[in-house]
Amino acid sequence: MASTQCSSGILALRHKVLAPVADIVLKVAGVNKRFGGLQALSDVAVEIERGQIYGLIGPNGAGKTTFFNVVTGLYAPDSGSFELDGKPYSPNEVHKVAAAGIARTFQNIRLFPDMTALENVMVGRHVRTKATALGAILRTLATLSEERAIRQRSLELLEYVGVAKYADYQARTLAYGDQRRLEIARALATDPKLLALDEPAAGMNATEKLALRALLVAISKDGITILLIEHDVKLVMGLCDRVTVLDYGKTIAVGTPADVQRSAAVIEAYLGKAHTNVATKEPA
Amino acid sequence: MELLWQQIINGLVLGSMYALIALGYTMVYGILNLINFAHGDVLMVGALTALSTILFLQPIFVGAPGWLLLLVGVLVAIPVCIVVSLIIERVAYRPLRNAPRLAPLITAIGVSILLQTFAMIVWGRNFLTFPTLLDDRPIEIFGATITTTRALVIGTSAVIMIALMVLVNRTKLGRAMRATAENPRVAGLMGVNPNYVIALTFAIGAGLAAVAGVMWAATYSTAHFFMGFTPGLKAFTAAVLGGIGNVPGAMVGGLLLGLIEALGAGYIGDLTNGILGSHYQDIFAFLVLVGVLIFRPSGLLGERVADRA
Amino acid sequence: MSPLLPRLRKDPRAAWIAAFVLAATLMALPWIAGQFGNAWVRVFAFACLYVMLALGLNIVVGFAGLLDLGYIAFYAVGAYMYALLASPHLTEQFAWIAQMFPAGLHLPIWLVLPFGAAIAAFFGILLGAPVLKLRGDYLAIVTLGFGEIIRIFINNLNSPLNLTNGPQGITLIDPITLGVTFSKTINFFGYEVSSLVLYYYLFLALAIVTVVICLRLQDSRLGRAWMAIREDDIAAKAMGINVRNVKLLAFSLGATFGGVAGAMFAAFQGFVSPESFVLNESIIVLAMVVLGGIGHIPGVVLGAVLLAVLPEFLRYTVEPAQIFMFGKVILEAEILRMMLYGLALVLIMLYRPKGLWPAPEHGVNPVQQRHSRLAA
Repeated sequence: MASTQCSSGILALRHKVLAPVADIVLKVAGVNKRFGGLQALSDVAVEIERGQIYGLIGPNGAGKTTFFNVVTGLYAPDSGSFELDGKPYSPNEVHKVAAAGIARTFQNIRLFPDMTALENVMVGRHVRTKATALGAILRTLATLSEERAIRQRSLELLEYVGVAKYADYQARTLAYGDQRRLEIARALATDPKLLALDEPAAGMNATEKLALRALLVAISKDGITILLIEHDVKLVMGLCDRVTVLDYGKTIAVGTPADVQRSAAVIEAYLGKAHTNVATKEPA
Repeated sequence: MELLWQQIINGLVLGSMYALIALGYTMVYGILNLINFAHGDVLMVGALTALSTILFLQPIFVGAPGWLLLLVGVLVAIPVCIVVSLIIERVAYRPLRNAPRLAPLITAIGVSILLQTFAMIVWGRNFLTFPTLLDDRPIEIFGATITTTRALVIGTSAVIMIALMVLVNRTKLGRAMRATAENPRVAGLMGVNPNYVIALTFAIGAGLAAVAGVMWAATYSTAHFFMGFTPGLKAFTAAVLGGIGNVPGAMVGGLLLGLIEALGAGYIGDLTNGILGSHYQDIFAFLVLVGVLIFRPSGLLGERVADRA
Repeated sequence: MSPLLPRLRKDPRAAWIAAFVLAATLMALPWIAGQFGNAWVRVFAFACLYVMLALGLNIVVGFAGLLDLGYIAFYAVGAYMYALLASPHLTEQFAWIAQMFPAGLHLPIWLVLPFGAAIAAFFGILLGAPVLKLRGDYLAIVTLGFGEIIRIFINNLNSPLNLTNGPQGITLIDPITLGVTFSKTINFFGYEVSSLVLYYYLFLALAIVTVVICLRLQDSRLGRAWMAIREDDIAAKAMGINVRNVKLLAFSLGATFGGVAGAMFAAFQGFVSPESFVLNESIIVLAMVVLGGIGHIPGVVLGAVLLAVLPEFLRYTVEPAQIFMFGKVILEAEILRMMLYGLALVLIMLYRPKGLWPAPEHGVNPVQQRHSRLAA
């Protein structure tokens, strides 16, 4: 389902800036993370191909957000190897991970509340632009034209996710669903190789979820790889190419949504032992 | 060797005073997450109030023994400082309990300035002499000399600190204070009135500051409106050194800082071949502060700050 | 978006008229004030210096959100640097320097200024680097400590090598020379322009340049990064902003303004001593920023002008009034001045924490607020 072709969409610009090196965008293996007495992650591995929509699911407390935080550099792992686009990276500084090409959203939405929607997205452009303080003070031509470009692109991204009419609104006044889209627009502004979304559909109603799904499909068609944490099983199954299921910090299943749905271990994790016999009765 | 012992004694004198002041900082920070910037100025008010009391009583009770005048001075200074401190808490800090953290700090700075202004109006801007009330012939202890006043500083501080430890650890009130320091809301659910406990914390801190202020003035024979700044800042350093919010930590931090300063001042000339002299003494405290905050921010004994939601 | 007065934005003609009136007032000010005595021109000249200082501190406190209580150290660095490079002190103390500069050390302003800015910026990085990972109130105290350390060093660096001349300070500092020497009265197209007035115009020009620079910084990629860090530094990091370096940049840019102002101060006064750089001065500048409106450039300018001029104004009215009413002065002007700073800090934080002239609502805030949850 995922398209590996780069279409002539708004996001196609990305491919001119960051030429892909390998077909695997994110390769992470042997991740361990312990918090005091709790082993939050045990030997977790994930391999995401370019253009895929990859899902990370599991019951509450399974370690999904912890894994996210490790991959994006917010937590330092106890062990693990990390490769982005074939190049190894060390997830110890958040801003370096973002510069390398992983952009994320947050489970609890972390917009810049008192900045406008447009400004929020413009901040996303920071990492791909280079105007300096001196350039700003002297208003050099290069700085001015870069500012224009930043503004232009940010408006395009707002349009792309569907909140363009709120461009000049303070971010905290946006409706909940619009705030989530805005966060995605801001992440897209960093021209990421991998877009990591932490529960983007949380708190949304059915209509909003459909719209979000359409947006994610569009992003994927435009060539951006997506890693997704989600609780809404229906959304994940209908959207993702591949899924990893975590439970108590361990990987209990990897595969296509259909495979994973039938896995006994997954059913046990979500529903408990009494229901596993359901799986064995399913047709192959 | 003699120099070393002398400097140790000096350090203990200094450190005892720092410890008393540091306790005020640490208890307030532990409960409110607030650096009571005005604490040093409460000390100043205590010292000047005691001075005024003594100067007022001296001509009236001509034959009164010096120690009695000193005691009365302290006993007058303590309630004055407590009242001042409670007013500050009520007017300047309480309204800002839920404001972003920097707001009460800025207010505290303003309060500090206002206290100094008040002192300037009442006591003038000049350095005032604090009379020597005790028989200060130097006593010899193993080769080092110490005056009665200074010995009394060490002794009184020790007694006060022991009393405070008993209060905090063995009494119901102390338990209430510790509970409020950890989690005011839950403490409230257990029947503790957080406002009352907070006021009490400020009051105890102010009382200690008053005593420390009189000690400082008596030790250095001088008092003036700006005298609270340096001891205040250094005592805060001591509180951080020991672990902010940690009561025994403040005591340890205070004594340790006093020793570091005294030994440093004594030996810095030798250490730097005469390039830096002992008037750089004040820098030690700041260097300790920077060092602790960079290398061991939780302090020597660990910080104890409330869990903020 | 630059939150300038929204009404003026919408009506360009009104904006131009307002600007013209303001410019005319500022230009004519020394002549008007001079009617009441030369001291007033001096007050306004200092007000311009304070505007520079307040705007510099505003970059650190208002833009980057770091409470720096030792800001005056940069003022001191700039002042002493100019003092050392444009006075007889170094040539008197060190024979080898006297040999290198037989005519004396009188470095011209166009050399000293960029050099001073660079040294101040360097000190900004030096002081900023260790404190960046500290939480807000600790950062405040540590920067306070740094400010004090610098003052103590300046106060004591008179032995074994006499670098700063200790508490006595450095005297005989060259006045500014820009074509004409600012220490004398000059004849300008038939008008007598006194040295004070010359300095006023210079400082006014510098203050205006500072305002323009700050406005441009605010509306730039860097300004947005600062605002992002202030609002949510983890999200800022996740967007690729190197928070540490951007904060350091705030420190050093703020320091630069302080350093330049310090150099001007040294030239103006002709004399510097450690007493001009005590903690109180840092607090005064902070009070200006807080009173006016943290982070809002016009507010900060207002705060600086108010707290620089009002105490002087009170001095000339309140003291005579007290003598008239009570026969003697109960509240001296100096005490009154300090009381004003303290009251400014306390009352603003309690009753109007955003300042007297806060930034207007940033962006559109729709009247009908739909239910939105922005969880922390």
